[in-house]
Amino acid sequence: MATLDSLGGGSGSLAPQLRRRHRRNRGMTYLLTLLMAGIGALLIWILSYVAIKGVKAINWGFITDTPPGNPDAAGGGFYNGIIGTFEIVGIATLIALPLGIGCAVYLNQYATGRIAGVLRLVTDVMLGIPTIVTGAFVYALWVVEFGFSGFAGALALALVMVPLIVRATEEMLRLVPGDLKEASLALGVTQSRTIVSVLLPTARAGIITGVMLAVARAMGETAPLLLTALGNDLFVETNPGQRMSTLSLQIFGSATGGFVNAQNRAWAGALLLIAIVLTLTIMARLIARKSAVRR
Amino acid sequence: MTPQERLTVLDVPSESSTAQNGASAESPAPVADHTRSGAARRMDVIDLNAGFGSRTIIANINLKVEPKTVTALIGPSGCGKSTLLRCLNAMHSTAKGAFANGEILLDGVDINAKGVDPVLVRRRVGMVFQRPNPFPTMSIYDNVAAGLRLTSGNRHGRHYFDEVVERALRQADLWAEVKDRLHNMGGALSGGQQQRLCIARTLAVEPEVILMDEPCSALDPISTAKIEESIHALREQYTIVIVTHNMQQAARVSQTTAFMTILEAGQPGSLVETGPTSSIFDAPTNEVTGDYVSGRFG
Amino acid sequence: MSAASHRAETRKAQALHQQRLRFADTAFRWLVAGSATVVLVAFVATAFFLVRKSWPALSHYGVLSFIDSSRWTPSTAVATVSHPNPYGVLQFVYGTVLTSVIAMLLAVPVAVGLALYITDIAPQQLRRPLAYVVDLFAAVPSVVYGFWGIFALLPVLHPIADNLSSWLGGIPVIGGVFAGPFFGPSYFAAGIVLAIMVLPIVTAICREVFAVAPVSEKEAALALGATRWEMLRMSVLKRSTAGIFGASLLGLGRAFGETIAVTMLIGNSVLSITTSIFGQGATMPSVIANEFTEATEPFHLQSLFVVGTLLLIITLIVNVLGKLVVSRISETIA
Repeated sequence: MATLDSLGGGSGSLAPQLRRRHRRNRGMTYLLTLLMAGIGALLIWILSYVAIKGVKAINWGFITDTPPGNPDAAGGGFYNGIIGTFEIVGIATLIALPLGIGCAVYLNQYATGRIAGVLRLVTDVMLGIPTIVTGAFVYALWVVEFGFSGFAGALALALVMVPLIVRATEEMLRLVPGDLKEASLALGVTQSRTIVSVLLPTARAGIITGVMLAVARAMGETAPLLLTALGNDLFVETNPGQRMSTLSLQIFGSATGGFVNAQNRAWAGALLLIAIVLTLTIMARLIARKSAVRR
Repeated sequence: MTPQERLTVLDVPSESSTAQNGASAESPAPVADHTRSGAARRMDVIDLNAGFGSRTIIANINLKVEPKTVTALIGPSGCGKSTLLRCLNAMHSTAKGAFANGEILLDGVDINAKGVDPVLVRRRVGMVFQRPNPFPTMSIYDNVAAGLRLTSGNRHGRHYFDEVVERALRQADLWAEVKDRLHNMGGALSGGQQQRLCIARTLAVEPEVILMDEPCSALDPISTAKIEESIHALREQYTIVIVTHNMQQAARVSQTTAFMTILEAGQPGSLVETGPTSSIFDAPTNEVTGDYVSGRFG
Repeated sequence: MSAASHRAETRKAQALHQQRLRFADTAFRWLVAGSATVVLVAFVATAFFLVRKSWPALSHYGVLSFIDSSRWTPSTAVATVSHPNPYGVLQFVYGTVLTSVIAMLLAVPVAVGLALYITDIAPQQLRRPLAYVVDLFAAVPSVVYGFWGIFALLPVLHPIADNLSSWLGGIPVIGGVFAGPFFGPSYFAAGIVLAIMVLPIVTAICREVFAVAPVSEKEAALALGATRWEMLRMSVLKRSTAGIFGASLLGLGRAFGETIAVTMLIGNSVLSITTSIFGQGATMPSVIANEFTEATEPFHLQSLFVVGTLLLIITLIVNVLGKLVVSRISETIA
């Protein structure tokens, strides 16, 4: 074209620069894609390593037997730990659920200004308290008086669960449209009835999700239980007033012993624990997705 | 030569062009990778259809934009003026599912052809947006120099672009107000000043065409007046296409006006009439144009 | 019954009903207020009981003596002697900080990269699944991380550590940080597993920060002729430094408090402070977990409570700071 020719020829000093910039752009895109793939591979590595080691060692006996008296002996299982996990986490949920939901309801529906700010700050901060510190607190509060027990462990786990439940419930309640509450109140329904019959059911899916995630978290905890439930490797203990074992405690104890057979049991335990926790987590996410879509 | 290659050829150092036609007295000598090539360019749109996915927003657009003129694009909201504008600097393709079929010529080079680097296109065709969008974490100086830094790298010292920044701010009529606080944050200015900052930022890289998408719609009348004055001055060096809702503004700043509208419900927007601004407003040939400019709809 | 008396009966019943409703309403209100109070009290009680349990040791030895000594030798403790303090906690602070710093140096760049990829580069349909994948790291229990770390990670780290110590160990001044030999359990190993454990929270916050970068600024960068990476640098990363900092603080808080995985991988040596990252040591949480149930020496248990109180204070400060930074950002944006 005439205009172009008159401008003189040759690619200006810009072209190699431009190529460099595009190269850098492509390079960074590849790098970040590789990074993402690498992290995905890391997760697969972790999960599959546990799965492979665990599958080799798991059998029915693992779930129904208690550990052998001699840690170096083969066979046996974590039956007492499994029972303990469900029992302790169950009690913890029974404590944490009403406390957490009640606190969230208060925060969302009744608290104003200063109080709400303080309460919100406290629950947020509680989320960040190391669980070993919570365990130490329950030790000082309860174990000193009443001894190591499954109940003390449940108390510690409840303290870990409450802030999670409060935050999830509060976020869900905040999403409920204000007109629902107004419509109910306009009909003459009391505030408490409105909350219980209208608001909470509307937020139900999100609350269930939050609770399930809190339960999954509690099941995986070991540190606070070291100082409260202490563990019991010998026999099945169902009385929460006594020391109890949990799956996490038994994995911890058997993994660090140095006995191969104990480690095998620990792998089986790790597989079981991860399977339970992941199932809970994924189910919780699915419930959240489904309810969000429906809305 | 492919369109991409021809587009690259347009990138010549300003020394050669100054030597050749002595036009760009504005380009500072030390910045050798400046691409000011001299003449402002013309743009021609030929049979353009564009939209997203299965929705065609504009169809059969044919438009000639003469160099060193201001062309106003007017029409009711939703008729696709912004879509057309964004096709001119390859911004339309950044959206998901966007398509644009047809030729868009920049001085005869089809920038809508396959394989053309949009980065290159956007260097030559700049854009000022409806809402001022300076980079909030950068100083006024850095905002103006932002485009330059892209091409000449970040290794240059703080004052490497002093001359260019001053020129651009003067052309945007902002220099006097900010010359003593160039290193203050770009976000701390008023709305009108921010928009002029964005104009300066666009001018700093010396594009050949400047697109403006309703640049004054979010501003007060005084800032609007200042910007319209700048547009008058800029016309001598640049080709400008301005989308505007404000017909009086179109009458004030442009030499050519193009009127777009949706002729029938459900149809894509089309270019109804183009012509010298005075005739479009005083004696339009098309009846629909007449209805719009006299305020009977829109 | 006559119509009038019938009406009176109904009105009485209604009044009673209303009274009951109001009572239930007030009772409910008190109930939820009560649960909020319990939560508040639990928090305050945590701090209170920790301090109370540490008080005997604090008053016996003096507060400062804990933090200016790195010698932790419970076996030399004698009930009647208060000087020198055999419970110097400095090495645990050192261990906590060192492992956390290693973790953050690794986790923050990776988290920024992941967040950038997820919010701006990945194809639209992959964004949520990819975010879930990163979040899934948070679901793995700590004890499993420790276990996996010992058997799967340490063998992989061995050659890396050996190389690092042979390349860098000889350099004057900083060589000491990389001095071998590498036995497996070490600050280094614990730091790496910590990095994996804090990755989800740092990435999640960075994702949120990047997602609020305004489209108009991104368009401004593109319109100037920026490539996508240049646009991300100008319009996303540059304005997100405060958010990344806040995310790092919150990740740091998490790293400080992690107990089980660290104790399984750090070697649990309470002898002294080793400068090399390949050395073994202990952290504040790990020493508590390890020695708590066997703390029979005089003031041993109370000193562990001192460690716990210190840990609580440090974590609270970092977490509150992090929350402040992050919330301030969402305010300025909104």
